[in-house]
Amino acid sequence: MSHITETRKQTVQPNDLARSLRKTKLSRGDRAVGTASHAMLIIWSIIVVLPMLWTLMTSFKTTKEIFASPFALPAEWNFENYVSAWTEYDIGGMFFNTILVVGFALVIVMVLGAMCAYVLARFTFPGSKAIYYLMLAGLTFPIFLAIVPLFFILKNIGLLNTLPGLTLTYVAFALPFTVFFLFAFFKGLPDEIQEAAYVDGAGEWRTFFQVMLPMAKPGMASVAIFNFLGLWNQFLLPIALNTDKSKYVLSQGMASFASSAGYAVNFGALFAAVIITITPVLIVYVIFQRQLQGSVSQGTMK
Amino acid sequence: MTAAGADPGNAIAATLGKPGGQKAPRRRRRKLTFDYVSFMAVFLGLPLAIFVIFVISPFVQAAYYSLTDWSGFSQTMNFIGVQNYVNLFQDDQFMKAMGNNIFLAIVVPLITLSLALLFATMITVGGPSHGQTRGLKASSFYRVVSFFPYVIPGIIIGLMWAQIFGPEGLVNGFLRMFGLDMFESFPWLGDERTAMGVSVFVIIWGFVGFYMVLFIASIKGIPAETFEAVRLDGAGRFRTAVSITIPLIRDNIQTAYIYVGIMALDAFVYMAALNPNGGPANSTLVMSQYLFEAAFSHGKFGYASAMGVILAAITLIFAAVVFTVNRLAGGKEDGGRR
Repeated sequence: MSHITETRKQTVQPNDLARSLRKTKLSRGDRAVGTASHAMLIIWSIIVVLPMLWTLMTSFKTTKEIFASPFALPAEWNFENYVSAWTEYDIGGMFFNTILVVGFALVIVMVLGAMCAYVLARFTFPGSKAIYYLMLAGLTFPIFLAIVPLFFILKNIGLLNTLPGLTLTYVAFALPFTVFFLFAFFKGLPDEIQEAAYVDGAGEWRTFFQVMLPMAKPGMASVAIFNFLGLWNQFLLPIALNTDKSKYVLSQGMASFASSAGYAVNFGALFAAVIITITPVLIVYVIFQRQLQGSVSQGTMK
Repeated sequence: MTAAGADPGNAIAATLGKPGGQKAPRRRRRKLTFDYVSFMAVFLGLPLAIFVIFVISPFVQAAYYSLTDWSGFSQTMNFIGVQNYVNLFQDDQFMKAMGNNIFLAIVVPLITLSLALLFATMITVGGPSHGQTRGLKASSFYRVVSFFPYVIPGIIIGLMWAQIFGPEGLVNGFLRMFGLDMFESFPWLGDERTAMGVSVFVIIWGFVGFYMVLFIASIKGIPAETFEAVRLDGAGRFRTAVSITIPLIRDNIQTAYIYVGIMALDAFVYMAALNPNGGPANSTLVMSQYLFEAAFSHGKFGYASAMGVILAAITLIFAAVVFTVNRLAGGKEDGGRR
C-alpha cells in the first residue's frame, strides 16, 4: 500500500497545480527531516553491521596479522582458523552438544508447554488461577535466585554435569514463557470446534492432538523460534550446572575459550568460533525474519 | 505413542462424553472418565511437576538457605537469621556491585528505549508531512538490520565487542586513522573511566533493534486518523511524538521498560564476557557476577543465596517503581484522553 502512495508522490501530476504547489512548499522541511532520519538510521545500521563484518574478516587472519592492523585484509583467505577451532578447540563437539540439548529441550518444552497452556486456557478447575500466577512468578524472578539450590537438586538426583540434566532445566525455565504465549493463543481459538470434536466422539487426548494443536500452529511456530534463540543463547545455566569440559555447550565453551589465558589464545580461531556460533542463529533469523518480527508485533496487540 | 495410548480412552469418552457435550457445552461438568483423568494427569501434572521441581522449589529453598551459613559441601548448616544480609550490607564489594546494577537499571532502559522510540517514530511516521501518514523509504531494511543483534548470543556480543574495544581493536584503529595518537593502544575495557560506559554501550547495542520493532508495531496500531487530526490541528513532528505517540503507546513502553530493567539488573553474560573479573577497580562488577563467584568459587552458598534474594527484591521493587511512575504520570493526562 505504501508503495503505491510513494510512486504517486514521485510522479507529480502537472494538472494538479494546487497540490504540487503545496508539495514544494512543504517539502523543504520534509526533506531536512527525511535526510536527518535516514542519516541517523544509516549510521545505526553501520554500527550494527560493521562489527560483524569485521569479525568475519578477522576470522580469516592469523593471530599475527590481527595484532598488526585491525584493517588489513588477511594475506590468505583460507579456512585454517575454522578447522583449528572446530577440531583443536573442540567447537565441533560443543556444537554437537548444543544441538542435542537445545533440540531435545525445544521439542519437550513445546509439547509440554502446549499441553499445559491448553489445559489452563480451556478448562476451569479449582486452582487453575493459582497455577497461572505460579507461572508468572517463574517468569519474573531472576534465575540467579534459583541457581544455588538448583545445583544441589541436580546433584541429588544425579543429573549434575549431564546433558539430560541440562536439557531438563532448559525445559523448566523455558516453560513459563511458552505457556504464557500459547495460553493467549489457545484462549483465542473458537469453542465450537472443540465442541464439534467432542460431539464427533473424540476424547480429550484426540481433541488436543488432532484438532486443537494443529490449529495453534502459527503460535507454536513463533514460540518455537523464540525458544530456539533463547536456549541456544543460554549462558548461566550451562556454566553453573554443566562444568564437565567434554559436555560443554557452545556459549560456555566460547567463554572459556576466550578466557583461556593471555597470549596463548589463538585469536584467529576465536573469531572463527564466533562465526561458527552465530551461523545457526543467523540462518534461523534469515529464514524466519518475517515471522519473528510478526510475533513481536503480535505481543503488543493483546 | 500418544495416539495409540489415547485410543481406549477415546472409546470411553465416545460413549460417556457425548450427551454432556451436547447439552451445555461450555459449562458441563466433566465426568471423571479415564480419558479425562489421564489427560489432566499428563497435560497438567507433567509440566507442572517439572516446573515446580526445577523452578519454584529452588526459589523457595534459596530463601531458606539465605538464612543459614551453609558452605555447600559440609553437612553442617546453622541457622544464623539475617546475619548474611547484615554482612552483605557491610560488604564494600557487594555494595559496589549493587550500585553498578542500579546505575545500569536506570541508564540502560532510558537510552535503549529512547533510541528505539526515536528510530521507530522515524520509520513509521517520519515521512513527508502531507498526504497519508507514512514512514521513511527503505524502512524494512533498517528494521531487519537493527533487529539482528537480538538473535546473537549475549556471550558472543560481549566477546566480539571486547575485541573491537581491545587495544588493537577496530575502535582504536579508527581513532588512529583520524590522527588521535593518544589512542595508540588505549584499553577501553581496562580503564576505570571508560569500562562502564563501553559496557553500557554494548548492552544497548544488543537491545535497541528488538524494542524498535516492538514500538513500530505499537505505533502502527494507532489509527491513521489520529495522526491526521493532529496534523490538521497544526502539531509538528515533535509535538505529535510527545503528546500523541508516546501517551498512546504508554503501556508498551512500560512493559519494555520493565523487561530491559530486569535484563540490566542481571547483565551477567555481557559483563562476564567483557570483563570476567569485574573490571578495573570493580567498576563493572554486578551482583550476579559476585553471586556466582561467592557460590561456585568460594562455596559460600548461604551468602550467595542472600544475594539472590536481594537481587529478586530489587527486581520486584524496580517493577513496582515503573508501574507507579507510569500510573502517576498517566493519571495527570488521562482526563484528556478518555
